Amino acid sequence: MTNLANTGTPESPAVEIRGLQKVFNPGKPNQIDALVDIDLTVSTGQFVSLIGPSGCGKSTLLRLIANLTEPTAGQITVNGKASKQARLDQDYGMAFQQSGLFEWRKVVRNIELPLELRGWNKARRRVRALEMLDLVKLSDFANHYPWELSGGMQQRVAIARALAVDPPLLLMDEPFGALDEMTREHMQAELTRICEATGKTVVFVTHSIPEAVYLSNRVVVMSPRPGRITKIVDVDLGSRLEDTRESTEFFKKITEVREALRDIGSGGPAALVTLGVDDR
Amino acid sequence: MMRGPDRMRSVGLGLLGFGIVGAIWEGYKAFGTAVGGKVMGWKLPGRTDDASMPHLSTVLSSFTKQEVRGTDRTVLEAVLSGSWFTFRLAIAGFVVGVTIGLLLAVVMQRFRLVERAWLPYVVLSQTVPLVALAPLIVGWGGQLELFGHPWQTWMSVATMSAYLAFFPVSIGALRGLHSPKAHSLELMDSYAASWWQTLTKLRFPASLPYIIPALKLAAASSIVGAIVAEISSGTSGGVGRLILDYFQKATGDPARVFTAFIGASALGLIVAGLIALVEMFVMRNRPKETLA
Repeated sequence: MTNLANTGTPESPAVEIRGLQKVFNPGKPNQIDALVDIDLTVSTGQFVSLIGPSGCGKSTLLRLIANLTEPTAGQITVNGKASKQARLDQDYGMAFQQSGLFEWRKVVRNIELPLELRGWNKARRRVRALEMLDLVKLSDFANHYPWELSGGMQQRVAIARALAVDPPLLLMDEPFGALDEMTREHMQAELTRICEATGKTVVFVTHSIPEAVYLSNRVVVMSPRPGRITKIVDVDLGSRLEDTRESTEFFKKITEVREALRDIGSGGPAALVTLGVDDR
Repeated sequence: MMRGPDRMRSVGLGLLGFGIVGAIWEGYKAFGTAVGGKVMGWKLPGRTDDASMPHLSTVLSSFTKQEVRGTDRTVLEAVLSGSWFTFRLAIAGFVVGVTIGLLLAVVMQRFRLVERAWLPYVVLSQTVPLVALAPLIVGWGGQLELFGHPWQTWMSVATMSAYLAFFPVSIGALRGLHSPKAHSLELMDSYAASWWQTLTKLRFPASLPYIIPALKLAAASSIVGAIVAEISSGTSGGVGRLILDYFQKATGDPARVFTAFIGASALGLIVAGLIALVEMFVMRNRPKETLA
């Protein structure tokens, strides 16, 4: 991440989490300790991935940062504000595994949606939406409907929509999870390019080890039941190039993350598979 | 949108449908008479004499007869004007019913408690026979004043029509308003969208594929409701009253009853067609799978 302009107040980290705890159905027989003792700081401009087996609470953690659910205990600040205030101020953009585009809106109007909700006038939001489409290289599809686009293209529109209000923070919940491997690698490269161009801070949930390593400055490894952070792997691959995926550093980091995950499973690769972590 | 040849085909199929119904009618009449109302020992359900089942040609020709001997008005004119009268009442009922149905759905979607409290009564409302309600509504209406204007009988008819029409809309719209996926709702939450914004920009557009079929049911119900209400409230001028009148004169001209039937069914077809036009317009930009 080279360009740090336009990314909130420099003195406060993009995301700061202290003593976070999340319990579902507290006091009931089906009580689940989703997250315990979570402390995490995401500095401005960083790309941080959350990885872990199914049920480790990584999506819950992301939804807590987004203030889509309330923590049981602990504190979350986003750009130095309480997470609720950050949500009300639209300080982050969000992308989900399903692109979640509205089928009755043309591509360009889908991107305009968050701007509409902010009360931008028609001309202004159209200009911005077209800029965003240009950024994700889909200018030719502005007047198509989402269902006329491929899965990868839909996901690019969703990213453009998340970027439309120019939030300093992007929260992404397995956005490439439903894509085929080739599209997925292409999208990863695109996301890296977009982040470099815009200088966004990103928190990215994935269950693919290579995806986490390729994209991130830091990979946060989580364990299930109760969900906690077990290890943080720092990654420095420099500028992502064609052969980054074949570099020794890339493979070294993949191995490091894999071993961190294996310690959770306390078994061989078979345990990893049963835990639902994608080894691709 | 249908292309030219497709449209020709569907028009052709529609005409074929009419032809088949006509052929069955005439075939049954011819066959039933021939075997004396029995086929292989089974008694046929209807008599086929000219009083019960007039020939189609007789029915069609009675459209051209004078309604009352010595006057200019033909039966066709009487049926048309009756149908137009009923159509307007049904549309009034439809509009009121759809509005109430949508409002109910919105309130029920907004407040889970209200949904649980009201939904059983919404369903229950349709088990009360309209014929039993008609005199009540007419009676209550007689004591009402609306913005200084006395309550009119036609308003009672429209009310009963609305009573039938609101039901499918409230059920369909409720289901549609609940239809957006969790991630779409979270997306709106992430934008800090208000309840109203979520309703107008997500829930309502998402519910259209559920509302349109409900509108078709509501349109048909509003016609049925208007006709039944006319008959049971003694309102004159509509096709419902015409059916009653012609029945009473059936001994003299049995075919005439069917002219009123045709008028009533034509109304059903017309409102179905109108809703189909609405559907074509509002669903023009949806993926084709959701076009039911």
